[in-house]
Parts: sequence; C-alpha cells; structure tokens
Amino acid sequence: MNKRRVVITGLGTVNALGLNTTDTWQALLAGKSGISTIEHFDTEGYATRIAASIPDFDISAIMTEKEARKIDLFLQYALVAAEEAILDANLPDSLDRDRIGVAVGSGIGGLSTIENSHVQLLKSGPRRVSPFLVPGAVINMASGNIAIRHGFRGPNFAITTACTTGTHNIGYAARTIAYGDADVMIAGGAEAASSPLGIAGFSAARAMSNRNDEPQRASRPWDKERDGFVLGDGSAVLVLESLEHAQARGATIYAELSGLGLSDDAHHITSPPEDGSGAAAAMLNALKDADLQPEDIAYINAHGTSTQVGDIAETRAIKSVFGEHAYKLGVSSTKSMTGHLLGAAGAIEALITILAIRHNIAPPTINLDNPDEGCDLDYIAHTARPMTINAAISNSFGFGGTNGSLLFTRYD
Amino acid sequence: MSNIEERVKKIVCEQLGVKEEDVKASSSFVDDLGADSLDTVELVMALEEEFETEIPDEDAEKLTTVQEAIDYIIANL
Repeated sequence: MNKRRVVITGLGTVNALGLNTTDTWQALLAGKSGISTIEHFDTEGYATRIAASIPDFDISAIMTEKEARKIDLFLQYALVAAEEAILDANLPDSLDRDRIGVAVGSGIGGLSTIENSHVQLLKSGPRRVSPFLVPGAVINMASGNIAIRHGFRGPNFAITTACTTGTHNIGYAARTIAYGDADVMIAGGAEAASSPLGIAGFSAARAMSNRNDEPQRASRPWDKERDGFVLGDGSAVLVLESLEHAQARGATIYAELSGLGLSDDAHHITSPPEDGSGAAAAMLNALKDADLQPEDIAYINAHGTSTQVGDIAETRAIKSVFGEHAYKLGVSSTKSMTGHLLGAAGAIEALITILAIRHNIAPPTINLDNPDEGCDLDYIAHTARPMTINAAISNSFGFGGTNGSLLFTRYD
Repeated sequence: MSNIEERVKKIVCEQLGVKEEDVKASSSFVDDLGADSLDTVELVMALEEEFETEIPDEDAEKLTTVQEAIDYIIANL
C-alpha cells in the first residue's frame, strides 16, 4: 500500500512561556525563561524549589469550575492546547467525525490528583475517595476528553513513554493517517508533574537542577555549569492531516511530517550510553523514513535537558549521524526556556520545530555561557537566528532508553 | 428542620455547580440538575461528610431528588 503524506494544519500550546502559540513563539525568539520559584506548594525541605509552572493558567474559557474540579491540571492543559489547535486548523463542522482521531499522551498523568486523593484516603478512609479520581487522573483521559468535547469518533489512544511521549503520539498519529485509519488526528502531550511528589521524585533521581537562587539561569544545556533539568508544566497539541484532505479543504499547511525514527538504548533505566548510539539510531531512522540525507537537515531541536550525561551523549549522537555537516547545523535546546515538559516535551518541541521551518528562524539556547568540553556544535547560544530551514529534526529521549525523532519539512 | 433543608440544598449547589434558585425540593439530581452517576456518588459523599453519617449504597441509590435526600437525613440523623 502507498503511504499517505501527512501535514500539520493546526497548532496549540499552553506552557510557562505563554498561554497560546503566538505568545510562546515570541517569548522563545526573545530568549525568555519561563522558570520561576515554585509558589503552588510549600517547598521547605525540597532540594529543588523551582519549576516552569503556569501560575496564570485560566480554564474558564472552556469549562466551568465544577467541570474543572473533576479533572487533573494535565487534562485541563491538554483541553486548552487542543482547543487552540483545532480552532487554528479551522476544521469545518461538515467533516466526518468518524475520520478524526486523538492521540494526546502524558508521561505521568494526574499525579497531584492521585497525591491529594491519597491524603484523603489516609485521613477519612476509602469511602471518601472521589469517584472522579480515576477518570480525572489516568493518562488516556486527555484523548478521551478531547474526543468527547469535539465529537471525534476516530482512533483514540495515548502512548506513554516518559519524555518521548509527545514524539511517539505525534509519530503514531501520523502513521494512523498514513495507513488510512483516519484523515485528521489531534496529537501531542500534556504534563502537570510539578507537584510535591513529582518534584521530590525527580529530585531523588538526581536528575533536576538545584539552582534555586537563579531560576531563570537554571536550565542551561551544554553549559559547563549545568546541573540537571528543570521540570516544566503544560501541553502542546498539533492537528495532523492527510495531505490530500488538507488540500481538498484549502487548509493552511504549516509543514509536512516526513519522518519518524525510533529506537531504544537497551542500556540503563535513566542514563543513555556515553556514545549516544540509541539517539543516533533514532535520527538515522527518521532520515531513512523521510528518504533524506543528513546534509538536507538545517536545524535540530535537541532533547538537550541540561543534564551532565544526556547533553554530551546527544552531541556525540549528532556528530555520528551528521559527520562534518554536524558543525553546519543549528542545534538548540528550547528546554533552556520552557523547562522540561516530560510527556509534553516532544509535542511542544515539534510545534517549535514546525514554526522554525515556517519562519526560517532557529530559537536560541539561553544560558549557554561556557560550552562544556566536547560540546562544540553550533547551539545558537543566547539569541534566535534567522536561517533557511527547509528540513529539521526534533529529538526526544526518555527513561527506559526510549528514543524518538520527528523529521519535519517545508511544504510548498 | 429548615436548617437541614438549607444545608442539603447548599451541598447540592456546590457539588453539582447549579444555582440556588434552580434547586427545588422536587428537583431530580439527574433529570433536572444535570448530574451523572459519578456526580451522585460524590454528592452522597458530601452529604455524609456534612451530616457526619454513613449512607449505605443501597440507600444512596434511592436518593434521586432533593426532597428524598432531605427526608433521608431527617429520618437517619
């Protein structure tokens, strides 16, 4: 069978930098940091007291307080991002809802809802646990709630692969369209893990930055002084569509999703191998899927979490795939600004990569003051750069060694 | 007694997100006030909490209107 081509026709996001795509993009180009001191719970005793959370988030435009109380914040973020993407795609009411599906995942799901329910259980016993605990917290309810709200009766799923979640959901949503199971897919990721247990857990795993006194300088991929990632909350959602379907209705096409590359390190639960071989395999597989050469790529939105081992491994992986061309690429980590959105990271970075192609501008890596030894690529330090970007890769690597690369190209 | 009626109505308003003037004694939680099966479970939990009582599931299932809830609380307090 012939693979159907898949294009992007709608974008939506809510994150620490902005409550919509336009504000987010402007903040990224301005090199702003969305990271701040955690105010939503008492962090006394926590090694990490910073995050890229969203204090000004407001759900009231799409649901009542009563409805919102029944669902975790990650689901609220997903619904808001999906709303923007669906409006942006301008999907007409006449479309066949049986042919529209949803794939919005989360790395962790409704952690704070589970935490709060457990407190209630210990305090008041099992008869006081809310009937909305389970439907308000489990991961696939992002896809479920979006489908219910918009009447999308096509394929509905949620892949959970830690920090590669967003990438997997977008990639397999595209495959769903390519295979003919749907014409339109709403895909992405959502996360709200900056809860007490989330912060304590990642902190215990020694994965997070403790630069509590300088939150805006804490996420500093490839810099000598980096000391871990900063947790970010939010969601990003794309509208994917078969090319012929988008053309038939005269949709605005942002870019084409030309390649998906996947692999696993099969190495360690949280660390990549030093040579980044698993990451390299994912990028190579994406190039192969897109039928492109390394020289065709102009920009990589790196996984670049600001951890010691991960940043070097990804740099080595890029060098092994691109050879000399590695030094001609623009490579940036927007996690320096958004924080690490875990299950939504791949989604927001796909969105950013698409905008980089559309506007021919690579967003910067902020806080990269002194590149670490072995980190010698062009990381677009500090300031955004206008450059021709016809093809770009977005990388995601997750706990469990799971790697994914999405390859986007300009559609003319 | 009117105190109990007011407290029940207040909880119904809070739990179901409805306005006070829409809550009548005869209002059905599901048919008039837009509750689903999970909402009614949570409503009963809130009543248990407010009146410091336990409403067994087999009784809870029979509470379908505001008046039935008020009568049940009065009879079982």
